[in-house]
Amino acid sequence: MDNKKGVKKTTASLLLFTVFMFGFGYGLVPLYDVFCKITGLNGKTIRVTENINREAIVTDRLIKVQFDANINGDLPWTLQPNQRIMRVQPGKFYEAVYTVKNIKDKDITGQAIPSVSPQVASLYFKKAECFCFVNQLLKAGETKEMVVRFEVDKDLPEDVAELTLSYTFFRVKKVASIN
Amino acid sequence: MSTIAHDDHHDHKPTGLKRWFFSTNHKDIGTLYLIFALTMFFIGGAMAMIIRAELFQPGLQFVDPQFYNSMVTVHALIMIFGAVMPAGVGLANWMIPLMIGAPDMALPRMNNMSFWILPFAFALLLSTLFMDGGAPAGGWTMYPPLVLQTGDAFPFLIFAVHFLGISSIMGAINIIATVFNMRAPGMTLMQMPLFVWTWVITSFLLIASLPVLAGGVTMLLTDKYFGTSFFDAAGGGDPVLFQHIFWFFGHPEVYILALPAFGIVSQIIPAFARKPLFGYASMVYATASIAILSFFVWAHHMFTVGLPIKGELFFMYATMLIAVPTGVKVFNWIATMWKGSMTFETPMLFSVAFVILFTIGGFSGLMLGITPVDFQYHDTYFVVAHFHYVLLTGAIFALMAAAYYWLPKWTGNMYDERLGKIHFWLSLISSNVLFFPQHFLGLAGMPRRIPDYNIQFADFNMISSIGGFAYGITQLLFVYIVIKCAMGGKKARARSWDGAKGLEWEVPSPAPFHTFETPPKLTKKVLESLY
Repeated sequence: MDNKKGVKKTTASLLLFTVFMFGFGYGLVPLYDVFCKITGLNGKTIRVTENINREAIVTDRLIKVQFDANINGDLPWTLQPNQRIMRVQPGKFYEAVYTVKNIKDKDITGQAIPSVSPQVASLYFKKAECFCFVNQLLKAGETKEMVVRFEVDKDLPEDVAELTLSYTFFRVKKVASIN
Repeated sequence: MSTIAHDDHHDHKPTGLKRWFFSTNHKDIGTLYLIFALTMFFIGGAMAMIIRAELFQPGLQFVDPQFYNSMVTVHALIMIFGAVMPAGVGLANWMIPLMIGAPDMALPRMNNMSFWILPFAFALLLSTLFMDGGAPAGGWTMYPPLVLQTGDAFPFLIFAVHFLGISSIMGAINIIATVFNMRAPGMTLMQMPLFVWTWVITSFLLIASLPVLAGGVTMLLTDKYFGTSFFDAAGGGDPVLFQHIFWFFGHPEVYILALPAFGIVSQIIPAFARKPLFGYASMVYATASIAILSFFVWAHHMFTVGLPIKGELFFMYATMLIAVPTGVKVFNWIATMWKGSMTFETPMLFSVAFVILFTIGGFSGLMLGITPVDFQYHDTYFVVAHFHYVLLTGAIFALMAAAYYWLPKWTGNMYDERLGKIHFWLSLISSNVLFFPQHFLGLAGMPRRIPDYNIQFADFNMISSIGGFAYGITQLLFVYIVIKCAMGGKKARARSWDGAKGLEWEVPSPAPFHTFETPPKLTKKVLESLY
């Protein structure tokens, strides 16, 4: 009844299960990203390549896009959108410009993270060009203009009349970029 | 080590320190677990006393806010991982081999290791109290980015959690391996005592959920020291992801604390109602359902982080669903008592109190599970009241009941029944004075984890603190009762309680160092006496 073989088998399979669940914990990370992408939660925006030959879709609909800028924590930069508001036609590409300035007498690297609200609109906000998710080096006292090229998808739900694009610049220390 | 293992085959105990450090005997390791858990219960309790002293009056009196937050954080970690879980594992070690007619646990050396990791892990955790930047103060839930601001204590916190996880997983593997392979011939799974069943299911919860926590805290560690950004928005991560990972572990964890308690009262109530447990099979299925459902409700801890409405509805309904199997269990306990010839010795008193007070905690849990209402209750004292009803008057009361129920088997002596009853009534009254007013505080909007409060909350906080001090002092009586019982007293019979059933009562009291070296004969009569 001291079932040595059985004990070994049970122990081995349970250990395997433990390792599997540890991996599952890490598996939750990409799963979470996929889930957010599908549902548009988190306001993460979509990257697209612009098709120049595409015919512009003409609609009368005008969407109000507001631009917002933030600096996180101890980054000695200023960030401002050159335009507070744009009225855009869905299906057409537009350019917005942000001005970012390093006010310290020291070279500093930062990285911008975008976000769109309302969250549902993030599924329909497509960017062909963006300065986000990459390390941006600003020399001491340097000013730079950064461009975001975007379109609002024509399928944007009817009840969304305005949306906000927000950028936050974070200081890059030892933090690695994920892209 | 090998000489000790060899010794085990003879019928004499190793002596001195060696007996305890190198022990592979399930009874000795069970005892070690129980003593360790009681010690941690008092250390965590002392921290609770500091919290209640600070909250006795509005304003800051005794400790600075940082230290207060450390107390809140470490109190939770110690009570969960140091007191309730090891006490449950200790009972499992002591009782499961006896209940299923096995000579020992399946993996005795791993058993030794899983215990001795614990003092080591808590030495790591408690040492942080003396470090620069103080002990962890970001809450036991370790949410980033706050927890990443912990000082020198941070890696100690993470590694302590890792070690606690490893210890618990080893314990869980051991329990499953024992129950699946070492039952006395003739005992089917559906003939096992319910305490054994609840521990098997708890073990699966441990193995499925703790590795996920280990992964989550490892991500915290690499975020802080190795430049990853799982939870750091600056690198494209998301702090809310940690909450999902944490509560994927955290919700099963609350059943890891509660299920063994269900098992305990399912042993004790039939014994003192002198009736078999009502609805044995439904109890097993209800326990399993609770365990499975517990993996699909985690987001009810985070209704306010900005979930989509469909998600909130899903997690609300799934949470409500858990009330069904839990209701089955409460119904069965009451039906077991129905028309029984009940007597109210101390274990039964604690068990009946468990049924009533755990149900109150369950009801406040239902209230918190309603999404729109939770927006009001979230992070208030209502939550504190809720989980202390299910953990203190729930889990701890059941553990006290277990201690009184099996003390005669462990020590060979009956404990002082009069003192036991005094301990029960003082505990019952003081814990309710302690926690009931916290419902009102929470409903009125008092936030948790804050050392100061608006004067409108002063009266209820003073009442609560008085209850807290009374409860704390009362537990010293428990220590006295246990020591007195271990030293001597009325000799216990093999079957220490008239109505007690199960194989553990077939061996003499105190249980000899080695039991069931040849498996017991499970005659029809014996099997009938099992449940």
